[in-house]
Amino acid sequence: MHPIRKKRLTIVLFLLAGLSVAVALTTYALRQNINLFYDPTQISAGEAPVDVRIRAGGMVKEGSVIRDPDSLKVEFLVTDYSASVPVEYVGILPDLFAEGQGIVAMGRLNTEGRFVADQVLAKHDENYMPPEVAGALEKASKAEGKSVTGSVKPASY
Amino acid sequence: MYPELGQLALILALLLAVLLAVVPLVGSLTGRDNLQAFARPLTTGMFVFVGLAFAVLTHAFLTDDFSVAYVANNSNSMLPWYYKFSAVWGGHEGSLLLWILMLTGWTMAVAIFSRRLPSVMISQVLSVLGMVSVGFLLFIVVTSNPFDRLLPNVPADGADLNPLLQDFGLIVHPPMLYMGYVGFAVAFAFAIAALINGRLDAAWARWSRPWTTVAWAFLSIGIALGSWWAYYELGWGGWWFWDPVENASLLPWLSGTALMHSLAVTEKRGVFKSWTVLLAIVTFALSLLGTFLVRSGVLTSVHAFASDPERGTFLLVLLAITVLASLMLYAFRAPVVHVRSRYGSLSREIFLLLNNVLLVSATLLVAVGTLYPLVLDFFGLGKISIGEPFFNLTFSPLAVATGLLLGVGVFSRWKKTDAGWLARKLLWPLAISTLATAAIMAGYGGFTPWAFLGVFTAVWVTTATFRDLWDKSSSKKGRIHGLRRQSRSYYGMVLGHLGLAITMAGATVVSNYGIERDVRMVPGDVAEVGDYQFVFVDIGERRGQNFTAQYGSFDVMLDGERVAELHPEKRQYSVGMSVMTEADIDAGLFRDIFVAVGERVSDNAWAIRLQYKPLVRWLWLGALFMAAGGFLAISDRRYRIRERAAESATASPETSPAQAGAQGTAGAVS
Repeated sequence: MHPIRKKRLTIVLFLLAGLSVAVALTTYALRQNINLFYDPTQISAGEAPVDVRIRAGGMVKEGSVIRDPDSLKVEFLVTDYSASVPVEYVGILPDLFAEGQGIVAMGRLNTEGRFVADQVLAKHDENYMPPEVAGALEKASKAEGKSVTGSVKPASY
Repeated sequence: MYPELGQLALILALLLAVLLAVVPLVGSLTGRDNLQAFARPLTTGMFVFVGLAFAVLTHAFLTDDFSVAYVANNSNSMLPWYYKFSAVWGGHEGSLLLWILMLTGWTMAVAIFSRRLPSVMISQVLSVLGMVSVGFLLFIVVTSNPFDRLLPNVPADGADLNPLLQDFGLIVHPPMLYMGYVGFAVAFAFAIAALINGRLDAAWARWSRPWTTVAWAFLSIGIALGSWWAYYELGWGGWWFWDPVENASLLPWLSGTALMHSLAVTEKRGVFKSWTVLLAIVTFALSLLGTFLVRSGVLTSVHAFASDPERGTFLLVLLAITVLASLMLYAFRAPVVHVRSRYGSLSREIFLLLNNVLLVSATLLVAVGTLYPLVLDFFGLGKISIGEPFFNLTFSPLAVATGLLLGVGVFSRWKKTDAGWLARKLLWPLAISTLATAAIMAGYGGFTPWAFLGVFTAVWVTTATFRDLWDKSSSKKGRIHGLRRQSRSYYGMVLGHLGLAITMAGATVVSNYGIERDVRMVPGDVAEVGDYQFVFVDIGERRGQNFTAQYGSFDVMLDGERVAELHPEKRQYSVGMSVMTEADIDAGLFRDIFVAVGERVSDNAWAIRLQYKPLVRWLWLGALFMAAGGFLAISDRRYRIRERAAESATASPETSPAQAGAQGTAGAVS
């Protein structure tokens, strides 16, 4: 083979090999780290997988927050007003966490149907609703045939 | 009265931008000097009117003119004056105006500092920048007028600036970031102008280089400021979250870094031309993409001001037009000449090519992780999020590879490097890096493969850079003379590479050896974090100008001695009734001690976050080094001298573009 062609072929093969390794690694990493979102209705219907890292979101149900007296453990219910899921979390809750606020939690569902969160997010603005939560509420309210607009619309500032 | 003047100024600026986009370009294509001569006056006019509009808006903020809707939504009479000033860019409309001010400012700078460029080139560059300005001025005038009035129902007071944004970080972070984003528009304009008149040569690369480097330096500072701000204000001690908004600024930075290196090859060796042009286009497109992501409201973040779909659509259309038009032009005009390579497989060209491959891979990776969830959501295929582990897993190996390659690449020579010679050069850096890394690991206590790789890479880059400096500065007239003889652009490179090493060292050490504890404490409690004891002394009330705070007091002890007294706060802002956590940090070059107060969990008990953050400052210190390197490099004398030389070369009429290209690319045969 002509030396220049040989050199080109080597470069092309080299690039192809590198590219396939990169694609394989990226796909693998993506598989491991995609977190799907489930709303309380889906979770209580058993649609969410157990012991897989997922996101769950909804409103913190009024009067449901219980704090452990000796640690930072907190339990509360997350609801879309048609179903509720118990959530437990150990750690510091965000400033805007409050009963009646929309939150998104990351964590795993255990076999007893409790959601063990390792991260709880409330958004930076008191008027702001995470879009997933807004979507979940809208879906639930449509299913119930009643309107909760006004509290559902994501607001901007 | 004034706000209407501001709006009028914006409309006038838009008209001037339209003229700037057309007249000099037509002049350059038809060879009419009198039309080209309009480029500079039009640029000045556009800049002055945008500046006027910005001044009017600033005046409205400082004088609490709540009849202007934007002021009423983003300010309050109780704000201190400096937050009233920075509130100008605290919302969508104002930050867009700041963006445009920067864009016209850069255009003005090009007009001023490129007096030595050929008239055709400068006319086209300014015209392209005019086109970009038309897009953004149209955007602000049509969809986001900052001067809209609330008449006749003028509110008595404003709705207040989001407390998160009431901070020094916000005063400086957006302007720096925008300087970077918008600065890439200049590199883009040079690339487009070069494509239009078919002059993709060394002179073009040389003109683009300083602009690209400055934009990149500003962007580095902007990103670092954002990370620093997140660390103390928002993140409870986190400094990078792989949040889509952060990624939006990292994307143009990564491709801009690639562009800087590829421009170097194009200038020095006349190869990789098409690739360099493409990178310039891509980098600016990524800046626009960043603006779209951040401003359109498709993302949920503190930056997402606008949830108005009209604005998102407008930006998307602007992005699409820019990308399509540039790529069309690229497809038709990119050089199709076959450059027969005259460089070996161990040449500096190859090392810089690999650098580009790695940086572009990193760009693609971050882009995939950022855009994939958005695309899925857009097509209704489900709401997913891609977590930090994805980015950490894929980005870290690329960063390490880039660093390791850099250490070899700095010694390499253009065209050909002798393998044996290179190996001998690397012997000492390798030995020193291995020993130093082992010592550092022992010092921090605890070995993990990633910590080892990260620290090793940082030390490797440092030792290789100094070894190269040592070699280059050897001189018969003594070391001092040798050091003096090196150019500023060389020292710029040294600083930039050291900056990378510093940032890598900081990122690795703080991620692997930092300690974070969330504890429940009552006043009088003591908690241990590493070698430090944190004593919770008490917590009481304190009043600020526009908030009341729970004011905690902590003593931090090390070996029985008090090393710091910290006062974290929990603030309640009186206007929006929002709550903010203000951490208190004892900052040091080698470690930060961090205390933040969480919620009150019972009558006297509080949730407290305590952290020990080794080398966290190095993250941002490294970015400062990189930026300083960039500024030093562009102050190099050679840019001024070569500009003169280039001018005399292009002034001779018989030099066709092709010949000029061949002259500029000595060594590469086209």
